[in-house]
Amino acid sequence: TFKSNPKKQEIMKWNGWGYSDSKFLYNKKGQAEFTGKRYRLSGMIIPGLREWMESTFSANLQHKTPAAPILNSSAVQPPTLNEAFLKELKSTGIPFSHDAEDRVFRSHGHCLHEIFALREGKIGRVPDLVVWPNCHNDVVKIVELACKHNVCLIPYGGGTSVSSALECPPEETRSIVSLDTSQMNRILWIDEKNLTAHVEAGIVGQDLERLLNESGYCTGHEPDSMEFSSLGGWVATRASGMKKNIYGNIEDLVVHIKMVTPRGVIEKSCQGPRMSTGPDVHHFIMGSEGTLGVVTEVTMKIRPMPEYQKYGSVVFPNFEMGVACLREVARQRCAPASIRLMDNEQFKFGHALKPQVSSIFTSFLDGLKKFYITKFKGFDPNRLCVATLLFEGDREKVLQHEKQVYDIAAKFGGLAAGEDNGQRGYMLTFVIAYLRDLGMDYYVIGESFETSMPWDRVLDICRNVKARIVRECKDKGVQFPPLSTCRVTQTYDAGACVYFYFAFNYRGLSDPVHVYEQVEHAAREEILANGGSLSHHHGVGKLRKEWMRESISSVGMGMLKSVKDYVDPNNIFGNRNLL
Amino acid sequence: MTSTYKDSGTASLNDDEEFTDILEERRRNTDLGYALRTFNPQPYKGAPSCSTSDLNKAVLESQYLRYIAKEIALETGSSVEKVRQEARGILEEMSHNLQLGFIRLMAYTFNKVFKRLFRSIYVNMEGLNMLQQAIQESPVILMPNHRSYVDFLIVSFVLFTYDIPIPVIAAGIPLASMKVVGEILRRSGAFFIRRAIGSDKLYWAVLSEYVRTIVRTGCAPLEFYVEGFRSRTLKSVVPKLGMMDMVLEPYFKGEVFDITLVPISISYDRVVEESLLALELLGVPKPKESTTGLFKASRVLQEDYGCMHVNFGRPLSVRQLCEGKINRSEYNLIPRDLPQRPSTEIQDCVNWLAHLIVRTQEEGALISPWSLMACLLLQAPITTLTEEGLQWHGLTEKTLWLRKLVLDFRGRLNWPAHTPDSDVMSSTVALHHSIVHHKAGRVYLVQDGNPASQDPLSPEEKVMRTAAAVLMLVSYRNQALHVFVRPGILATAIHITKSTQKDELFSFFCFLRDVFSSEFIFIPGRASQDFDEACSLLQKCGAVYISQQEVTVLETGLEVLSFLQKLLQPFLESYQLIFRYLCENGAHVFTEKQFLPAVRNLATKLILSGDLHTFEVLSSDTQKNVLSALRRLEAVTKLRASQQNEYKVNKAAVRRTGDILCKIICDIPVKIKLLFCVRLENFDLFLPCCL
Repeated sequence: TFKSNPKKQEIMKWNGWGYSDSKFLYNKKGQAEFTGKRYRLSGMIIPGLREWMESTFSANLQHKTPAAPILNSSAVQPPTLNEAFLKELKSTGIPFSHDAEDRVFRSHGHCLHEIFALREGKIGRVPDLVVWPNCHNDVVKIVELACKHNVCLIPYGGGTSVSSALECPPEETRSIVSLDTSQMNRILWIDEKNLTAHVEAGIVGQDLERLLNESGYCTGHEPDSMEFSSLGGWVATRASGMKKNIYGNIEDLVVHIKMVTPRGVIEKSCQGPRMSTGPDVHHFIMGSEGTLGVVTEVTMKIRPMPEYQKYGSVVFPNFEMGVACLREVARQRCAPASIRLMDNEQFKFGHALKPQVSSIFTSFLDGLKKFYITKFKGFDPNRLCVATLLFEGDREKVLQHEKQVYDIAAKFGGLAAGEDNGQRGYMLTFVIAYLRDLGMDYYVIGESFETSMPWDRVLDICRNVKARIVRECKDKGVQFPPLSTCRVTQTYDAGACVYFYFAFNYRGLSDPVHVYEQVEHAAREEILANGGSLSHHHGVGKLRKEWMRESISSVGMGMLKSVKDYVDPNNIFGNRNLL
Repeated sequence: MTSTYKDSGTASLNDDEEFTDILEERRRNTDLGYALRTFNPQPYKGAPSCSTSDLNKAVLESQYLRYIAKEIALETGSSVEKVRQEARGILEEMSHNLQLGFIRLMAYTFNKVFKRLFRSIYVNMEGLNMLQQAIQESPVILMPNHRSYVDFLIVSFVLFTYDIPIPVIAAGIPLASMKVVGEILRRSGAFFIRRAIGSDKLYWAVLSEYVRTIVRTGCAPLEFYVEGFRSRTLKSVVPKLGMMDMVLEPYFKGEVFDITLVPISISYDRVVEESLLALELLGVPKPKESTTGLFKASRVLQEDYGCMHVNFGRPLSVRQLCEGKINRSEYNLIPRDLPQRPSTEIQDCVNWLAHLIVRTQEEGALISPWSLMACLLLQAPITTLTEEGLQWHGLTEKTLWLRKLVLDFRGRLNWPAHTPDSDVMSSTVALHHSIVHHKAGRVYLVQDGNPASQDPLSPEEKVMRTAAAVLMLVSYRNQALHVFVRPGILATAIHITKSTQKDELFSFFCFLRDVFSSEFIFIPGRASQDFDEACSLLQKCGAVYISQQEVTVLETGLEVLSFLQKLLQPFLESYQLIFRYLCENGAHVFTEKQFLPAVRNLATKLILSGDLHTFEVLSSDTQKNVLSALRRLEAVTKLRASQQNEYKVNKAAVRRTGDILCKIICDIPVKIKLLFCVRLENFDLFLPCCL
């Protein structure tokens, strides 16, 4: 056994989000600070955070719930190895490992219950073996061997799933092999005439953008997880990027997919931009969540890097006006690369994350405060909300576009609130995931979940789901009022995507994770009852499987099942997601 | 300081409930000062303050109304603009124009009037506190019962007194046409609904959008009578579902997180319009609501009407009540602005909820000593009441016995504490001097009319005169009926079937429950709970012993069982008579206009010949209830094509129902099995099982 490229897990947390060097903590003075050097916020003091946490959650620095510092390998079940498989695998020369740490690292995504268990040092069923194929052909060999020896394969990309998709089914008795695609991370070619790039599916978002940028291109696909999530993972879950208004979601970006299945390799014979050749087989692959095979190579559209980028923000007197504005922007089809609307609680949260000293953060918010206390005091600080904007393109058009959007916003009582505020909003997207770890140090647990719905239901769903969360927490015995907040993150012609954030202080609860799960379950029921979708882009995994039938009908389930039965009759790709 | 009294007569359930007399303070302070007090209620948190014109504008400009207008224009060939103009007219006629100034005026006037009419108006503070809380959390629907015109604005009056947002109130259109008063009511928050809307699509559309908009925006609590109208009989009326549908739809469609329903029980010691009601039931038309009529009625101000109780029930969350009963996702695939017929699941749920509310109102109502006396008086032969007189001390004894039974049955009794029972009795009779009088140790029924008149009354007229007095008594008995109905039906089942088998009794119980479900309030789908309740109450008062399979009558229980059975006897007799009429006398097709007088004539004859002992069959309410029961049982069908409420009767089916009711064909012990789910539609099945 040997480790190939163990780099990734050395620089990343094994029981929390992101890089080991980057985290929120309370320093000796009791002030919150963000460590490391990787982010704009890194190394800064965030004076407002502590008070926000204390007042929002009634959390207290005295009450700590630290995580287990290191992985206790003895807590990990010894691997169930399929010797015949292992023997043949060795002969192929493909790197593999059954080291406990390697296996645990690939046994989970980032659902609350997964991270919570790790922090407590509780390890459930984990893969028995990890393999690191280096290219498409390696994957073909692994899948052949798995079929031959009846081994269960679970593809692993960036490990950022929030749908329990990476959890090993506890009932699985075969040897489980985690197929880590991280070594397949090359751009194989760039076609400048057609503006496409052919890329190995294990590449993570930030590397893909960086490498393309070197040639003057980009994909423009920027999901919030892009630092860690992989191209193959995006395809397998039908990912959505923040700038989809310009570049499209993953299904719009993909031109060609190669996937290795137990039946062989599936791919199309040409790279035509659109075909009428029956149902698009790409749509069996996109969203298959690792149940049919491993995506190995993808041809995707690329664009020249934008000449000019500009952030912006608009403050609305209330959430209703903000939603009306986004709806109008969508109606006029003039959405900027990104437009997001935070509700009042998130606005306050953003405010709390303002760092102490920074030239960038030349206290827009202070200015803003003054500005509505003086000029626009009609705004109720407990109702107002803020939209963040990102414009991209050539300079002149961006400025034109910006004016158009601000003019619409003005009709809904929106006031332009500056670039810094907008930029900070997007920066927070990347650090917000780190905050959960801080919360978990102090009895606060939480997570986000998303949905999509028609425009006319946006307000109703936001209100009802937030209220449901509050009521359920009360009913389930949560001692403190929860944080229950949302934002509209994507606009479409016919609807929008909404993200909910939900967190609470679990002091006094004997099984907080169970309570959390019950509340999230209730919230999802509420979403579905109100006409929201089961998921906009996180996927179904195992977490939301129970609602699949009602979501796509029995016939729909049958169609998907029959595809699975044909492609993978022996359930080699046995992660049991989706169906 | 306000005077409070502990409702000491109440059964264990609500022992600590405090009622406060809101007139007490009014009597000590000036009316003007009260009317001009600062009014600063805490409204629904999500509600933007919306003016009447905002509300009307939102309704007229709603997507829903646009859609319907287009549809109607297409159907009728008129222009959309014309239809919308018409809609505007409807809305103008309908909409409220709530203004605080008029609430103050109303409060001022009511103070004057109420202090005259009533000794006290008792309100439960705990209920008000819960209401105050609920109003801030979600849109609130106030659902009082309606027993008198007096209570039309009583809730607004109470809420004004306690700084709670003033409701808008659904009212019948006749009120609107009263000069000046109509306008005052409108400005006090009333909105007006036509009576016979029928299939007027545009009217329905405007009304439903108006109601939904009020609920959706939560701009004011909405008050309406789920019974649909003022109960002429003081008995609860089977709820109407039209308004209920409209009110609940915003929840079903996810437009609000929750809706809170607040049942309110208003009870009177004495109802102002008691004699009018009785006459109306006997076919003397009700005087048209008019302002002059109102002034004429001012002589009622000279009278004493005792106390009034306004009992605010515990707020009920629609969300909680509907949990697991419905799937709201049926609204996901059609834009919510478009009309969509709710599924049967939702319709059933609305029906269930409406019944639940009326039952809750019943449970919250207070029963006066007079109601108990009325129960007993009606069990005496009519000649005793009109001629010989009923022994006072026997009545007293029996009333006290009944008081105990009511408490056993968990009724809410309004029996004055710290007063000797004899005083309670005599003051009660004094209060109701219009119905009975007490002379030389005997009680007599007061018969109205003019005995000194030259023209002697014809026998038929005499019957009607007695009937008017009896029906007044009946209405007060009805106030207590809900406590006795379930055990009463079981007692009747025991009496008719002579069976001790629990399953047999249950089947007959279900049958009676089905037949009488236009008469009494039964929550749909709760037959077995009702039966269990009846069993446990009878067991509790020592009337029966219940084992696994049997219900055994105890010697000590005969008095209770006979009382209960006699209590329901008038209903059985009335139903049987009308069944007989339909089978033997009537045509196969008849109109309501023919039916009512014909039944009345037949009944009068039978009363005169001594073959009928109840006057209740003379009441148009009973007659209509029988019709609707038969329609439910599909023994009578309403002809759709007919303009004037024509009915077609299936005589065989009516006869069978009647036969079961008096058990003519079932002399041999009924073996009723497999009947746990006698469905109304196919209760023809009942017979083969009987035999």
